Order: sequence, then structure tokens, then C-alpha cells
Amino acid sequence: MSGADLGPGLGSARAVGTPLEGALSPKDVSALDLLPSTEGTAGALDVGIGRIRRERLGQLLRSKTFVAGAVILLWWIVCAVFGSSIAPYNPLAENLLLTNSGPSAAHWFGTDPLGSDMFSRVIVGARDILIIAPLATLFGTVLGTAIGLVQGYYRGWVDNIIGRFVDAVLALPVVIVAFLFVVAVGPSKVTLIIVIGAVFALLISRTVRTAVLQERELDYINAARLRDESSLHVMFIEILPNVLGPILVEFTVRLGYAIFYVATLSFLGFGIAPPTPDWGADISANYGLLAAGYWWETLFPALAIASLVVAVNLISDSIEAVLIQ
Amino acid sequence: MGRYVLKRLGLAVLTLVILSVIIFFAAQVLPGNPGRAILGPFASQSAVAVLNAKLGVDRPLIDQYWSWVSHFVRGDMGTSYQYSLPVSSLLVPALERSLKLAAFAFVVVVPLSILGGVVAALNRGRAVDRVISITGLSLSTVPEFVSGIVLIVAFSIGLKILPVTASAPPGSGFFTQLRYLILPVIPLVFILFGYIARMARAGTIEALESDYARTATLKGLSRWAVIRRHVLRNSLLPTITVIATQTGYLIGGLVVVETLFNYPGIGRLIVTAAGDKDFPMLEAGVLVIGVVYLLATLVADILYTVLNPRIRLEGAE
Repeated sequence: MSGADLGPGLGSARAVGTPLEGALSPKDVSALDLLPSTEGTAGALDVGIGRIRRERLGQLLRSKTFVAGAVILLWWIVCAVFGSSIAPYNPLAENLLLTNSGPSAAHWFGTDPLGSDMFSRVIVGARDILIIAPLATLFGTVLGTAIGLVQGYYRGWVDNIIGRFVDAVLALPVVIVAFLFVVAVGPSKVTLIIVIGAVFALLISRTVRTAVLQERELDYINAARLRDESSLHVMFIEILPNVLGPILVEFTVRLGYAIFYVATLSFLGFGIAPPTPDWGADISANYGLLAAGYWWETLFPALAIASLVVAVNLISDSIEAVLIQ
Repeated sequence: MGRYVLKRLGLAVLTLVILSVIIFFAAQVLPGNPGRAILGPFASQSAVAVLNAKLGVDRPLIDQYWSWVSHFVRGDMGTSYQYSLPVSSLLVPALERSLKLAAFAFVVVVPLSILGGVVAALNRGRAVDRVISITGLSLSTVPEFVSGIVLIVAFSIGLKILPVTASAPPGSGFFTQLRYLILPVIPLVFILFGYIARMARAGTIEALESDYARTATLKGLSRWAVIRRHVLRNSLLPTITVIATQTGYLIGGLVVVETLFNYPGIGRLIVTAAGDKDFPMLEAGVLVIGVVYLLATLVADILYTVLNPRIRLEGAE
């Protein structure tokens, strides 16, 4: 099953439910977008669920770890969107008279071997990773949810065959699987999104499968079956809204890892290619100069990656804590 | 027990077969024409065809897969495109060096993280617990090369007390080699600490809340005796499994750490092979990593069964 035919599939499944939900246009499917639609199907419980959701949001906003993570993430999002206007220099501009110069008043983070301003490169470098990582996670979550639903719903030989395949791929470290396929296909932004998303789909499918296996034994599923609903309806309209909690947690946890893997692949030389400003790629290009004492060219991008990864993990940890109560 | 081991072994072999097909597909089918990849876009069609015939990649895929796997099982991992040497002659010494680095990391991280997890559990909810948990979580999510660079800047460039690379000069003694490995090991320890400490913490908390721990306290044992005799023995069991599964992540981390610190292990070998489009080397390296990981989980599963009387008895029935 490819990602391309998954979107419409979900969309049409949703359309079956529209009489219940009123006029709900089938918009882009994302783990976060799906959340509000559960209110619609709940009908009379609408108000209650809305209050619980507001309470949870309040809890999140009171959590220090969440706020700290959100502030850092927001800063990098601002850099990704408005980077070129914030950056004091053009990150691609070379200045061969000022190569490898250390941090100074004019160049806060120093300059790289081509004389480009490192501060500007760090700011603009937020862009690609903040496009690729969320898209890869989204793709992985949608695909993984579909695989997990099919596995958990049909069980039997379908579940067995998919499960064997998932186990085999995951017998390798994720970095190496992603690396192998990115090398095989040839690195590009789209390759990174598809490869990381596909590996995540396998990981997420395990979580979803477990959740679905518990859910399908409940009475409302039997009721839906007795009403003679189609399998697609039971999977996507009945079960899916009830397993969204673990899926949302998976999404936020995986987002942190996606940043980890995009940065790592770029560092290994198979991610975002120079001269595009990118933290991992900049480190990859300049870490050989560490021995010569040019530390600013690698340390500042490294700290940027660390802050982004830690921020996303603080957020996912607080969301998990609130959802699991 | 015997039947369980056999079943477990069978599953591992099945997983390995599927894995080999996936690796074969990624390294020999997806990249397209190997002759063209090696000779470049300007080589003549006939030269490419001759090279492909020499490499044996013009045969049917099933043939290619079978000859790859059957040779691999006999220890013949093919010939490196780049070095024109048997892959095994390069891979085996690299694997040995990687295992040395990995062993050092494990010796440091296992006691440290178990201690951290147990201390966090015993101080559950207090500041110590939060500090250990949040530090562990943050450290385990930062990529190895990021923490590695911070360490190099601090200890090699700032304080000038440790070397930038991991390769000691040839002929140096055990302790000199060890000194060169200190910095590369720390990023690996960072990643593993979070996972193992979290498992040890969860296991200890579960054991502390159990009925047998309460009974032991109520019959008058001191807190320390309860922890040592009843809690730790039960809480560390799941940790064994986690440690084994972390072998896989450890090897993934080695790829990055060996590249950063210029250490000639299997990780850097794979990265170099990928850069050179040396697919026989790449696929052999990745398959060897898969085998190492499967062996580690297999050993952990069996060890867990041997150590856990409940599972052992069930197996005997």
C-alpha cells in the first residue's frame, strides 16, 4: 500500500460518516486534524468531551516542561518561516577574505570555511529539518495507523505476515534501515520523508495493532458488526476515533526521533546536501576542522539540533503525561 | 524449555531470511544498474554490459539472491567493488574493533544506568527522581554526533585533556587505547542510559509496590534488606531484555560515533561503502549487523527464561 492511495481511502471512509457529523468537508488527514472529528460522532457527549479537552489543554499550559519545550520549538518555527529576514547576513554569501574566523561582534557564531556567517546559517538551517521531520512523521503515522488497524482488525494470517515483515525490518537499528534505503534510492528531501516515514509506519503499526486488538473485543464493535457495517467502516469510523490517544502520543514521540534521524542522516552525508544551510550537513562538512580548533562551525549547529530535539521531547512527554491519566 | 529455545531459534532464522531479502532488494535491486553506477554516466553501453557480466548482476534476481546468500552462509561475503578485496577480510577486523567500543560502552552504562534507575525509583516523585528522569530522557534523544561535538569542544579543544580521534597510534598499550575511546563511548552511554534507567526505575517501582515487598516489610525486614533481597532481584529481570535490545541501537549509534571520531569499525565501513556505492560491502555490513542484533535478542530471551522461574515452569508443562 502506498501513501498516495491512502489519503483518498481515509477521505472516502470519512465521507461515509458525514450524515452523522453534518457537513464535514474531507480535509487533509493528519493525526491532529482527526482529533476534533471524534466530538462530532459522540453527539450528545459533545459538551462533556469539549470540557475535558479544555481541562487537558489547561493542564498542559500549566506544565513547566511543556511551556519550555513549546517556547523553544516556537522560536525555531519562527526561524524556519522568517529565517531569511531575521538572519543578519545571506547564509549562502561567501567571503573568502574572512574564512574560519572565530565568534566576533560582527559574526556572533564565527564564519565557516567559505566565509559564510554561521549565525545566519544556523537560523536559516531550521527550515529544511522542520519541513522534512513533521512530514515524515505525518506520513509514518497515517500509514502506520492503517497497517496497525488492518493487522489488529483482521488478525490471523494477514497479521502474521505483516508482523514477520515488521520484525525483520526492525531487527536493524532504525538509523541503518533508513540509511540503507536512502543510499539505495539516492538522497533527496522526498526520499528522506518517504524512507523515515515508512520505517516509522512499521514502529507505529505495532502500537496501533495492540490498541486495536483490545478495542475490537468491546461491545460497540460487535454491535457495528451486527448492523452489517463494512470492515472499512468498523476500522476507520468505529475503532480509529477510540485509539487516537496512543496515536497522538506516538506522533509526538516520533516527531522527536524524526528530527534525530534527519539530522543524523545529514551528518552521515546522506540527508540534506550542501550548500543549503542545514545543521547536520554543516556539521558533516566542518567536523574535520575540529582538530584544527575551528569549533564554532560545528558547535553552534550541534547546540541548535540539541535544543530542537529536547524541546520536542519535553512537549511529547507532557502530552503523554496528560493523556495517560 | 528445549522446545521454547527451538521455537525461538526458528523464528530468528525466519526473520533473518526475510531480512536478507529486504537488504538484497535495497542494495542490489533499488540502485539500478551497478555497472553504470561504478563507471559513471559517460561510459559506453558495452563497457557497462561487460562490467555487469563480470559482477554477475546481469543474471536473474533469484539467481543473484541465491548465490549471495549461499556464499554468505559459507563465510564468503563477496568482493568489494572499491578495494577488490574479499569483503570478509575488511569486515571482520572492523567488527572486532566495533565490538571493543561497544563492550566498553556496555561496561560503563549498565551499572551506571541500573544504579540511576534504582535510585530514581527509591526517591520516586522527589527532586532526585525528576533530575535523573529528565536528564536521562533529554540525553537519550540528542543525536550521538551532537553530544560528541560538545564533548570534543569541551575536553579536546577547551581543556585539551583527551584526543579528538578514537584511533590510538599503532602499537599503543591497552590503557592508551582505552584513553582514546573515552570520548567516543560517552555519547553511546548518553543514549543508552535513558532507556535502561527508565526500565530499571519502572521495574523497581513495580516490585516496591508488590505484595511480597509489603509482606517482607511487615515481617520486620529492614528497608535495605527488602530492597536487596526482594526488590532488586525481581526488578532487574526485565532490564536484561532491554539491555539486549539496546544492542541494536548501540550499533546504530556506532555508525555515527565511528564517523565522528574517525574510528575504523563496522559503522564507518558501512558509511564509506555507501559513499563509494560499494554495494557488496554495504549489504554484507548491514546483514552482519542484523545477525549480531538477532543473536543478542535470542540470548536475552533465553537468559530471561532461564532466570525467570515462572516462565521456566510454564515451558516445562
